[in-house]
Amino acid sequence: MISVRNVHKRFGPQVVLDGVSIEIEPGKTTTVVGPSGVGKSVLLKLIMGIMTPDAGEIYIGGDNITKAKSEAAKNEVRKQLGVLFQSAALFDSLTIYDNIAFPLLERSRLSASKTHSKVLAIAESLSLGPYLSNYPEQVSIGIRKRVGMARALITEPKVLLVDEPNTGLDPLDGQEVYDLINACKNQWGFTGLVISHELPEVFQVSERVAMILGGKIIAEGTPAEMIASTDPAVQQFLNGRTDGPIKIQ
Amino acid sequence: MNLVSTTERFGNFIINTTEQWGRSWIFLYRTLVALIKPPYRPFLYLQQLMMIGVNSTLVIALIGLFTGAVLAVQGEYTLAKFGATAYTGPAVALSLIRELGPVLTALMLIGRAGSAVTAELGIMRITEQVDALRSMAVDPIKYLMAPRLAAGLIAMPFLCAIFNVVGIFGGYCVAVGLLGLSSGTFMSEMTSAVGLVDVKSGFIKSAVFGLIFGWVSCYKGYTCGFGAQGVNKATTQSVVTASVAVLIVDYFLTSVLTRVFMD
Repeated sequence: MISVRNVHKRFGPQVVLDGVSIEIEPGKTTTVVGPSGVGKSVLLKLIMGIMTPDAGEIYIGGDNITKAKSEAAKNEVRKQLGVLFQSAALFDSLTIYDNIAFPLLERSRLSASKTHSKVLAIAESLSLGPYLSNYPEQVSIGIRKRVGMARALITEPKVLLVDEPNTGLDPLDGQEVYDLINACKNQWGFTGLVISHELPEVFQVSERVAMILGGKIIAEGTPAEMIASTDPAVQQFLNGRTDGPIKIQ
Repeated sequence: MNLVSTTERFGNFIINTTEQWGRSWIFLYRTLVALIKPPYRPFLYLQQLMMIGVNSTLVIALIGLFTGAVLAVQGEYTLAKFGATAYTGPAVALSLIRELGPVLTALMLIGRAGSAVTAELGIMRITEQVDALRSMAVDPIKYLMAPRLAAGLIAMPFLCAIFNVVGIFGGYCVAVGLLGLSSGTFMSEMTSAVGLVDVKSGFIKSAVFGLIFGWVSCYKGYTCGFGAQGVNKATTQSVVTASVAVLIVDYFLTSVLTRVFMD
């Protein structure tokens, strides 16, 4: 469903991604983990088509987004995506209702009544009913994440991209986001790519895990395989040790 | 060694400036194209006209009132030296319509609304709202920039007209009410001195300044750097760049328009 093939990206002299390849099967979720600043969010932006790789190709559902020349062509590929951003990235000037309805109003030709009923249905299933008339700054970050999830899923995308799902959340809210991802996955059945450095909590939403370091995927496997990995960098990162091959920047 | 690093820095400066200049023109082109192409979102345009235009009316009128009043006092003082106080009306009206109206309106709008536009877009950028738009297959240039550019283009001439009318009223009040000039003299000399070419000239200037306002404030917000410091820097640059651009363009426009309308 998502195929990242030998992707390279550099900013000036700094090599961020150096031949990264990941394959994600339909209906499965892969989590990309790694220390801060190794290019996880850059990888996500490349998949969204917001950045262009220096080399390599990225396919989403068979469509090559790296070959799409115009924004219109990229938009056609992006219609398969739903994205939950790190800070939820809700529009401050819109109410929560309008934030959830936004992708439908912009991307679909549904009637006003159908749009309304879809918004109410997804708000109901994510327990957002009481907050629909609020603005994003009037609710907690946990609720904003749920609104971001509702906005990402309302168009029933084939692929869900999640950037750092529990950054800035307390352990309870963080767990709630993981439960939400799992519940939504069961209900909507999307293919998922999660970017995170929260280990081992993020394993609960992942069928596969890939660790990125020095611009390359250094280890990949199921959560159990990663935990059992003998790679010193994987073990250092998993156990949060400061001594080891990963240098603290 | 020093010569090499100085040359390198100078070369980098030239390359960066040229790149920025090129990017800003591409940005303007894309925004103008986005204005023309469907889908149209009239509500967004009205919302921006409200924020940029309507909400600036009071402050523009206030500045216009006192600018006209000051012009009347200064004009009367200067013209009295030549025994020509009867021309206070034309002095006030021509100064406002041809020059001060468009320029002061533009500077006020840049300070009041341009900084707000840049800060709003900059915050949207650093909080990933712009990326969110793109991820939802919505073109941010069309959704965010085009309405703001159009609002600047439309609002500026209207605000300038309000500035001029209120300014002339302020000048009239001071010249007739305080300085003792006759109402008939003020009005008749003014209407005979001010022609359509003066109004056209002021209108063209304010439309161009409206374009500069929208272009600079949107571009600086859209290309804002990271964090609060990035927004701060972008907002300052937006106000300074747009204000300086207005004053420079004003000189060239005045030269060209004076020639064109004189012929």
